[in-house]
Amino acid sequence: MGKKGVVILGSVLVVLSFVLYKTIGYRPVTIAVMLATTALTGAPIIYRAVAALRYRIIGIDLLVSIAVVGALIIGEFWEAAAVTFLFMFGDYLESRTLEKSRSSIKNLMALSPETARIRLEGQERIVAPRELEQGMSVIIKPGERVAADGVVIEGAAYLDQSSITGESEPVYKKEGDEVFSGTLLASGYLVIKALKVGEESTFAKILHLVEEAQDAKAPTQKFIERFSKYYTPSIIVLALLAFLITRDLRMALTLLVIACPGALVISVPVSIVAAIGTSAKMGVLMKGGEVVEKLGKIQVAAFDKTGTLTRGKPTVTSVIGYGLDSAELLTIAAIGETYSEHPLGQAIIAEAKERNLLSAKLPQDVKHIPGKGLCFTLDGQDYHIGNRALLKEYSIESSHCEGDLLKEDYKHKTVVYVATGKRVVGLIVISDQVRDEAPEVIRKLRSLGVKRSVMLTGDNQATATAVSAYLNLDEFKGELLPADKVAEVKRLQSEYGHVALIGDGINDAPSLATADVGIAIGAAGNDVAMESSDVVLLGEKLSALIDALQISRLAVANMKQNIFLALAVAGVLLAGVLFGGLTLSIGMLVHELSVLLVILNAVRLMNYAKRPKDVII
Amino acid sequence: MKKISLQLETLSCPTCAAKIEVALKKSQGVIDPEVLFNSSRVKLSYDENLIDIEGVKKVIAKLGYGTLDVKEGL
Repeated sequence: MGKKGVVILGSVLVVLSFVLYKTIGYRPVTIAVMLATTALTGAPIIYRAVAALRYRIIGIDLLVSIAVVGALIIGEFWEAAAVTFLFMFGDYLESRTLEKSRSSIKNLMALSPETARIRLEGQERIVAPRELEQGMSVIIKPGERVAADGVVIEGAAYLDQSSITGESEPVYKKEGDEVFSGTLLASGYLVIKALKVGEESTFAKILHLVEEAQDAKAPTQKFIERFSKYYTPSIIVLALLAFLITRDLRMALTLLVIACPGALVISVPVSIVAAIGTSAKMGVLMKGGEVVEKLGKIQVAAFDKTGTLTRGKPTVTSVIGYGLDSAELLTIAAIGETYSEHPLGQAIIAEAKERNLLSAKLPQDVKHIPGKGLCFTLDGQDYHIGNRALLKEYSIESSHCEGDLLKEDYKHKTVVYVATGKRVVGLIVISDQVRDEAPEVIRKLRSLGVKRSVMLTGDNQATATAVSAYLNLDEFKGELLPADKVAEVKRLQSEYGHVALIGDGINDAPSLATADVGIAIGAAGNDVAMESSDVVLLGEKLSALIDALQISRLAVANMKQNIFLALAVAGVLLAGVLFGGLTLSIGMLVHELSVLLVILNAVRLMNYAKRPKDVII
Repeated sequence: MKKISLQLETLSCPTCAAKIEVALKKSQGVIDPEVLFNSSRVKLSYDENLIDIEGVKKVIAKLGYGTLDVKEGL
């Protein structure tokens, strides 16, 4: 008979026992039914208690077993039947509700691709994802999940990446773009070259991290476990003492049941698993209970700049031509940068592409001048593209642009000069833009009571000043070396307490390790960042930081409610036994209800993912 | 020495997890058992000269818990 069968039969028997007890009273038939109930529902409990005892483990099962056997000895057949039934039924309901608290993680696992469509020698074939190998061509059609991390070699499509980043807006992917395993193709068609397959894929790594995280114990949990290790045996001693003093066996047995630490031991892990599961669904990985507890306590949010507060991708913000129009200028500059690997050159090419200004022409006689720029020839004319140092080196005339350069807007951005015939013919202004959501995130941090929002950057002081002023940060430090960042984190810790450092997770490993909580942003696909940080924001949205912070605080509050509830119920029951003549079965009922209540309270945490956006809880 | 991971039926109380862990620790040939409550899994290494997978499952079964699945060679 399965668990469910025992529950159903047990329920029928216990109801029958109750009816007989209330109608005809203790007759042989009543006692027989009660004994049958006890045997059916109590046997597994006693079996477990005895089995554990062989390993010298004293658990809750033993407390209940002693109580049941004691009740039978003193002829309390109804109490024995009710207690075993309630304990078994409670356990059944608890495992069902526990599954709910763990469902976010289970659902995430279910998103693992089950099949992969590959192209082999011109033929399409369906294989199991574990048969995939690096370098294979994988085809993805609408409604299918990407089965490996890879790069698009054919086609274009909209991908739903919410399984990885938690962000539900579809993302457009075309040739050359990266795609992640586990994402869903909404519309279009893609052929990718597999780069990371199976356990190596980002999605598999995320699952692994979440799985590890849900069982990484919080300090509070460790404390409770140590406590209950001694607590449970001491209850038996206490009950024995109570019996010896009062000679009231009924009371001593009741004491055993109500003192079960069931609700207390489950209070913390159930909140943690609900919090970790919910946040994972939103693209935030929190690595375990300790991280959840610490994140809720942070006083300082210290940000790296490039790629964290800013997008990390320099973009052209304006183009000014002198004697030629901006389109012409951009076309020429993009041709000149054709072979350039420099981020600023890439930004110029990207902008030209965006405005449909890419020309097929190639530059001639390209000469790179490191740290300054480059020279080239195009249609018989020689050009210079670069910074002020380049102008100086070639004695290029630039006085006619001073007016534009003085404009406030350009002060903290990078200006690229384009010159020909010893005269500047245009300016291309490039900046690494602050993320759109950054100001809002800083405001929310403040309203959540985080004392300081700080920026620690290796970038120059001028840029740091500008970004800090724009975001209204409490403090900033520019031109920091990695060692300086570590020192700054330590100083903030000593001045304000818990510090979270938010960075890209690659360049700031030492300071991430020094901070109380290291948070990496945009880390999907980046193994180093995923491994080195405590909290991983998989998506590119900085606002996930606010979600992480709120979930962790709710989880900590939830744990406290649970612990309080567990202790309060135990206290009330104890008073009931000592002063009110509380019966065994009522004691068990209330105890089981308290366990259920604790689990249901934790399940409440999962509503966070469903709340209206932008609400500070 | 071999490493395995066992998926158990849903563990409903952390003390059950602790119980299984202690029992495995006291079993000969089992090395560093770790019972994960939330994922209802057991991770351990074992010395194949002293115990086999069936033996490990038996220890857990004796305590009253079923094993659903075993993954080898982690």
